[in-house]
Amino acid sequence: MRELKITPIRNGTVIDHIGNGLALEVLRIIGVRDLDKDSTVSVALHVRSGKLGWKDIVKVENMELSPRKANAIALIAPTATLSIIRDFKVREKRVVDLPPRIVGVLRCPNPTCISNQSEPIESEFGVLTRRPVVLACAFCERTVDDFLRHLA
Amino acid sequence: MSLHGRDITSIRDLSREEIEEILAAARKMIPLAEGTKVAHPLLERIVAMAFFEPSTRTRLSFEAAVQRLGGRCLTIADAGATSLRKGESLYDTIRMLSSYADAIVIRHPNEGSARLAARASDRPVINAGDGSGQHPTQTLLDLATLQEAFGTLTGLKIVLLGDLKYGRTVHSLAYALAEFGSELVLTAPPGLKLPEERSEEIRRAGGRVSEEPDLRKAIRDADALYVTRIQKERFVDESEFRKVAGSYRIDVDLLAGAKPRLIVMHPLPRAGEIAPEVDPTPHAAYFRQAFLAVPVRMALLTAVLGPAKRGG
Repeated sequence: MRELKITPIRNGTVIDHIGNGLALEVLRIIGVRDLDKDSTVSVALHVRSGKLGWKDIVKVENMELSPRKANAIALIAPTATLSIIRDFKVREKRVVDLPPRIVGVLRCPNPTCISNQSEPIESEFGVLTRRPVVLACAFCERTVDDFLRHLA
Repeated sequence: MSLHGRDITSIRDLSREEIEEILAAARKMIPLAEGTKVAHPLLERIVAMAFFEPSTRTRLSFEAAVQRLGGRCLTIADAGATSLRKGESLYDTIRMLSSYADAIVIRHPNEGSARLAARASDRPVINAGDGSGQHPTQTLLDLATLQEAFGTLTGLKIVLLGDLKYGRTVHSLAYALAEFGSELVLTAPPGLKLPEERSEEIRRAGGRVSEEPDLRKAIRDADALYVTRIQKERFVDESEFRKVAGSYRIDVDLLAGAKPRLIVMHPLPRAGEIAPEVDPTPHAAYFRQAFLAVPVRMALLTAVLGPAKRGG
């Protein structure tokens, strides 16, 4: 196998098998600005992939993804895999998985839904169908399948 | 009944068996609702009426239901008079209210507000309409009207007429009728048709749905005609509105082509969709429908609040 064109990291997270062209959205979810100022973020776009044809990869130093961010990635990049790196070694590897409830990740597309008013609650969606992924708002029942447009 | 302590925020919260139980209990409540018999299963109970949006019929029928059963109401009838105006969240208002009352009935302009209220309250919450969302007790009283007229909710052919896109009452009624195995015929002006996801949902529930834009044809062999108000604000062009509204006027001439037993239903208030000349005919069921709101809400409140604390 050829070496990747981006350098290995000591500690952090590698998000591999991101659908082609979706890496920037993944970065948006990770919230690059919130990272440790000494962290390096490497992005590889349009990389050859046996499984996907083409894929994107994101490596973030000194960060382990919160479950909420992993859920958001599962929505927009369902093929992604997460590897937790500690001391240059892969300590944990898993595919992203869509949980039955998605809390605080998306905004309800219905502007008059109570979850879009100034109430002390987080948005919440249940999974209506998994293939394709369609979610329903736990408050107003409005469905959403266009997740990029509704990221919170 | 197993409904004790439960929130009723959507008709989907109720199984077919539970709906049947509520309708059976509602039939027994009719003499109490009429005032010809007296019983007080809600004695010493307080029900909060949290109405954050104007409503006459729904609030008064809920209040009548509570009072006929010996309970008392705490009523918010004007949202402007509450701390919501001072910026208090609905969540906090409901949380506070749930410590004063045994159950909360809520009407609110935002969809999903009843679900939010149910989370905020440790007492049962009944949704009395949340924006263009759910209005389960309206559906229950619609079903009660059909059942009283035909003795069944299965195998009926029901024409849904008017604004099927935005009308909140028709969506949950259509869903419930599909569950009971009745056939739906949809007659809606272009632009106000039932959303495809709703039709799909009805088909998934095992319902038969067809469209018939010609109202005369649609009602020819129907058992019930459910009329909804066509709202002027849904049209960009007022002349278009008048044309549509005019083509859906229910009068004696139109009903001459229907079965003698066809009933005409309407959630009221009507705005010219049904000519007053229909009122004295056996077809008119809308005032009966409005009355049945009381026994249906009595049955639901009794089920949700459970047995009387003492005596009753």
